Amino acid sequence: MAQRRYSLFAVAREAMRFHSGWERAWTSPEPKKRYDVIVVGAGGHGLATAYYLGKNHGIRNIAVIEKGWLGGGNTGRNTTIIRSNYLQDPSAALYEKARALYEDLSQDLNYNVMFSPRGLLMLAQTEHEVRGYKRTVHANTLQGVETEWIDAKRVKDLVPIINIDGPRYPVLGALYQARGGTARHDAVAWGYARACSAMGMDIIQQCEVTGIRTANGRVQGIDTTKGAIDCGKLAIVVAGHSSVLAEMAGFRLPIESMALQALVSEPIKPCMDVVVMANTVHGYMSQSDKGEMVIGGGTDGFNNYTQRGSWQHIEETVRALIETFPMISRLKMLRQWGGIVDMTGDRSPILSTTPVENIFVNCGWGTGGFKAIPGSGWAMADLVARGQPGPLAADFGLNRFREGRFIDESVAAGVAH
Amino acid sequence: MSTRLSRGGRLIDRSKPMNFTFNGKRLRGFAGDTLASALLGADQMLVGRSFKYHRPRGIVASGVEEPNALLGLGRGARFEPDQRATTTELFEGADTASQNHWPSLDFDVGVVNNWAYRFLPAGFYYKTFMFPRVAWKHLFEPVIRRSAGLGRAPVDRDGDRYEQAYAFCDVLVAGGGVAGLAAALQAARAGKRVMVLEQTPHWGGRAPVDGGTIDGKPVADWIKSAVQDLERMSNVTLRNRCMVAGVHDHGHVIGYERVADHTPGDGRPRHRLWRIRAGEIISATGAIERPLAFAGNDVPGVMLASAVRDYVVNFAVSPGDRTVIVTNNDDAYRTAFALIDAGLIVAAIVDARPSATGDLVQKARARGIRVLEGRGIAKVKGTKRVTGVQICAQAGEGAALEDIACDCVAMSGGWSPVVHLWSHCGGKLIWDEARACFRPDATRPPTGDQGQPMVRAVGAANGALTLPEVLADAGGPAADAPAEGPIAAVWVMPQGAPDALRFKAFLDYQNDVKVSDVQLAAREGYTSVEHTKRYTTLGMATDQGKLSNINGLAVLSDALGQPIPATGTTTFRPPYEPISFGAIAGEARGEIFQPLRRTPMHDWHASQGAHWEPVGLWRRPYCYLRTGEGLQDAVRREIRNTRNAVGLLDASTLGKILVKGPDAGRFLDMMYTNMMSTLPVGKCRYGLMCNENGFLMDDGVVVRLSEDSWLCHTTSGGADRIHAHMEDWLQCEWWDWKVYTANLTEQFAQVAVVGPNARKLLEKLGGMDVSKEALPFMTWAEGTLGGVRARVFRISFSGELSYEIAVPASEGMAFWTRFLEAGADLGVMPYGTEALHVMRAEKGFIMIGDETDGTVIPQDLGLGWAISKKKADYIGKRAQERSHMASPDRWQLVGLETLDGSVLPDGVHAAAPGHNANGQRNVQGRVTSTYFSPTLNKGIAMGLVHRGPARMGEVLDFPVGADKVVQARIVDPVFYDKEGEKGNV
Ligand SMILES: Cc1cc2nc3c(=O)[nH]c(=O)nc-3n(C[C@H](O)[C@H](O)[C@H](O)COP(=O)(O)OP(=O)(O)OC[C@H]3O[C@@H](n4cnc5c(N)ncnc54)[C@H](O)[C@@H]3O)c2cc1C
Repeated sequence: MAQRRYSLFAVAREAMRFHSGWERAWTSPEPKKRYDVIVVGAGGHGLATAYYLGKNHGIRNIAVIEKGWLGGGNTGRNTTIIRSNYLQDPSAALYEKARALYEDLSQDLNYNVMFSPRGLLMLAQTEHEVRGYKRTVHANTLQGVETEWIDAKRVKDLVPIINIDGPRYPVLGALYQARGGTARHDAVAWGYARACSAMGMDIIQQCEVTGIRTANGRVQGIDTTKGAIDCGKLAIVVAGHSSVLAEMAGFRLPIESMALQALVSEPIKPCMDVVVMANTVHGYMSQSDKGEMVIGGGTDGFNNYTQRGSWQHIEETVRALIETFPMISRLKMLRQWGGIVDMTGDRSPILSTTPVENIFVNCGWGTGGFKAIPGSGWAMADLVARGQPGPLAADFGLNRFREGRFIDESVAAGVAH
Repeated sequence: MSTRLSRGGRLIDRSKPMNFTFNGKRLRGFAGDTLASALLGADQMLVGRSFKYHRPRGIVASGVEEPNALLGLGRGARFEPDQRATTTELFEGADTASQNHWPSLDFDVGVVNNWAYRFLPAGFYYKTFMFPRVAWKHLFEPVIRRSAGLGRAPVDRDGDRYEQAYAFCDVLVAGGGVAGLAAALQAARAGKRVMVLEQTPHWGGRAPVDGGTIDGKPVADWIKSAVQDLERMSNVTLRNRCMVAGVHDHGHVIGYERVADHTPGDGRPRHRLWRIRAGEIISATGAIERPLAFAGNDVPGVMLASAVRDYVVNFAVSPGDRTVIVTNNDDAYRTAFALIDAGLIVAAIVDARPSATGDLVQKARARGIRVLEGRGIAKVKGTKRVTGVQICAQAGEGAALEDIACDCVAMSGGWSPVVHLWSHCGGKLIWDEARACFRPDATRPPTGDQGQPMVRAVGAANGALTLPEVLADAGGPAADAPAEGPIAAVWVMPQGAPDALRFKAFLDYQNDVKVSDVQLAAREGYTSVEHTKRYTTLGMATDQGKLSNINGLAVLSDALGQPIPATGTTTFRPPYEPISFGAIAGEARGEIFQPLRRTPMHDWHASQGAHWEPVGLWRRPYCYLRTGEGLQDAVRREIRNTRNAVGLLDASTLGKILVKGPDAGRFLDMMYTNMMSTLPVGKCRYGLMCNENGFLMDDGVVVRLSEDSWLCHTTSGGADRIHAHMEDWLQCEWWDWKVYTANLTEQFAQVAVVGPNARKLLEKLGGMDVSKEALPFMTWAEGTLGGVRARVFRISFSGELSYEIAVPASEGMAFWTRFLEAGADLGVMPYGTEALHVMRAEKGFIMIGDETDGTVIPQDLGLGWAISKKKADYIGKRAQERSHMASPDRWQLVGLETLDGSVLPDGVHAAAPGHNANGQRNVQGRVTSTYFSPTLNKGIAMGLVHRGPARMGEVLDFPVGADKVVQARIVDPVFYDKEGEKGNV
């Protein structure tokens, strides 16, 4: 199906006829009997997987099955931070691949995802953090990820509204990734969906997967609320519900599901052009193009599926950010929400083959998978198409838990005497 | 013109005029006014500019749903952007300003967006601004950012304070209208502990404006007596200016009290945040009137019919001289009566219904008001103020039948119950066809901890829209009001409005979302209500769709050709109305932002020039600065003095967890990698604690106090976490083991006395035999030292002769002083954490958080000796047996020395030849701790290196930045006193 390109001229042309000529961004078909590949979950990761299966591997007989509306999971609930200043080699490779793909994603998808490499700072507020971030800078240099250590004065120059000499945790410096930033989360999902649809793939919304059929250790198809569908290969990309789907296929995943919350203020005129993360006090903030201060904090300490979190986290996060940015005290919280994040034991994702032949999983992105969407889709497509992981996914297999080959990013878990 | 009427106004006090300013203009209102009523009373209808098109906008509503009248309020430390004029009470000297325009409210260049409206439909930015690539960040985004946003960003630190409080009740009633009061009376009379929270300063809600009788009395009288009754009951708490912001799981309710917004600077906290646990929540939150969508429905002077009536009745403000009322229901007729009673003109009532017959309609006709049936408004005339309306047939496409001159349009599209509190925790809604609204579905309420219904909606919030219905629903006395005819489900005017009209018919005022935008979203496949919302930004403005959501989804349903319930609603998220970050944070800011833990010697450290370092919630002296010293000088002085004479460290922050009970030994054998059950009484043992994944998580000296009790020292930052970790295992896994734990960290002050003169110093204090024989290394004794009851541990973290002495916290400072006095001639001097760190590194001791980072197992650190081989199990054992953990290919602890004696930079990595499959430089190790050692007068470092211990003497390359390399040799990690002679004295 030929799809009309989006451009300024197209908008101008449509303006003349009150925009009556725009076609659907994606179609809304009934499921076919069989697909070469079924991707379960039309979040960013699922859609990107389908997109790169088509684009990089020429596989287009694909359905993406979504129980709600596409992009309605964590992809549409996150605080859109994009960075690749990870410590461990496998993470840095994957997240940097994603970040690099984000640079051209709008052009690639012909959909403006508003990737805004506005710069990202992770504040160091203890000596321990200073050492940790210096370590990250050195690691990143060798990994080909551009980051730098900057001192408190430079922090203040970049973020005039910050308070660098608070009485409790003065800012000692920061890990700075100049080309980290944000993108518009919905647009990422929509852009991929539109591009998939243009390649002839079926995105089937309001269709819940209720069962997975296997025979002789091999996938046959799925049962859904819209009936049974057969498939050659199955990619499970459902974030917080991964364990539920795995159970349908008869295996278990080392995933825990917890609520993570975010909130925004009422919109104000631009006052902060970068993203700031303050890990000691635990909060982070950026300002959206609409002017809202976008704020996120910690996860609940217990498992649940309700997409609501505990109030005390909101208080803790807001306190931390008022300490960091005293001027926000007189702003108001407009809206708070939660998403269910899929946490693994080492806080790194899973891109893996499974005990069932031709079933692949992509999950465990936890609190930070938005930034990974293009890279994850790229690596997952490769895994699904070839049946085995390429270099980007190689270290993220399920076997790492059995072997103890963790990719642990929780350097901050240590403490000083 | 809007103006103040000479009579009436039930909420204002004309004897108390108040001065205020708007955009620098001096204006006057009265006590009891809101900012909005005061502005209208002073003929200020135009109050702001919209978000996208910068269209001139006026006040639309009279409550929390107001989308346009958002003002900057106050100055300096009391400046606040985006303050709703309709919910903010006027106070003397209020300094207000309109927002989102440049250079001025009357002349705003941003309005070019309005002329270009055709080019800027919903989501246009997703389709454009893609080329050239760099332009998004450098050109388009900055322009969009600047034109978006509403109020100015505050600059100063907040000048007010905030408070938080807890409360508990059986029944929490949200909303002090007649339904809330009736429900509260009923619950209170049944003996329940009741709290009633009302967001405005007034009781009774809408009823006093709308009229009727309750229990045979005029509503105002009934309200008065109901409030008096409630006030008299000791089981009832009434709080006004207090909004229920959110209902959270398990009956946790957040109340937001605006204590002093109307009396700024009077010393009281500005806001108070209530955290309430309620057995049951009654949502009596009323209903909000909907606008109608017709072209020009956003021109200043077009208002909600209920708001017009509120301003007239409550504040004696006339929004306009000549009003046209446009409606699809009977209720709006009340506005006509209010206007006429106030001596104003109602030009016509434009009723979209083909025929209107209710009591109120009859009455209007009887009073000679012109009622046009089956008519709608084709368009509103005027730009900064309504000048008239063009009337058309509602059923048609907008052909003008007649123009009616007016300066105010009062519109009513029906009422939507406020279902937010019902929905926050998952209460479900049903579509009420007859009333054209979503209302709570009583069969699917939000549920509490036992699965019981947690919220009950009553009155208008439950879809009961007339006074008799409301009272009946809330369990109140009988009420009387005129009977109302049915509403017609009209959303857009006229029904067949062509493009040109739909492009000017607004749904979401603040975000400039029009009927055409929602239809475009539907056409383009953004058909889920969430997609439509996000694509068009409908309902995402500061009113969170209070005015726009239902109209928007009616338009969407129509575009999709499906019934409204099939479309469904978006999710209702807390807070009901925005609440200040200040209130959410409460008192916890500045010094007390987090609890500050102080050791008994804290103040002394401060007085001696302590340079603080935060460690968990503690602050510890990093070093003690003397006049003229830099940090480095001070650290080196402290180290030299400790190594050569004697140093004192305040070690009180070290975690001290008492573990006691018949199963305590067995328990500690599981907690630690070492065998603790066999530790003899009187002995100390260095212990390692791993998590389930086998990684080292904490270390410290464990002391056997008696047959059934052990004292576990943890790292300073780790005490609470380790205590929780112990309890987690005890409570969740080994709940039948007889073990008790207590975190005694703050019960003791602990002093480390370190250095060659340490024993002499203790002997000077006297009272205990601390000789090598009586108190060998890794033992402890209890006694009286210098007259203070003390436990003396002979342990060392520096390699020097060292004692750590614990005394009751209350004696800590006196004890510390005694050391200083007695040690004057022995060269006693305090040292800080940095000296501690350097000395432990000189001695090759690991530090949790430096050598460990959650990925390191004890075996990596050469601590295999601390792992008991005799035990069947300990936490982490199984994990450590996994293939990668047991592999010899791991990075292991070594010492590192640069070839030129310089200090290796923090955190550098050792490069290995070549690149990996992802194109990254290969690495073979990294530095974990690196210091200048004043003792050895050169740089020393520890690091983890691939098969490190087997590679002694090898030289590694450590790239620093892009083009520099530092070389360092692998050496033994113990740099100082390898034989351990210093401590063995
Ligand atoms: C509050 C919050 C803030 C965050 N902030 C950031 C951030 O700043 N930066 C960042 O990088 N990451 C962030 N994240 C994490 C990020 O959002 C996620 O990691 C990422 O979006 C996950 O994408 P996904 O495609 O894997 O999952 P999702 O977007 O959740 O998609 C999974 C989809 O699977 C569907 N599904 C589930 N079960 C079934 C079934 N049985 N049948 C069919 N479909 C099913 C779901 O409906 C859903 O649409 C945040 C997350 C949250 C909750």
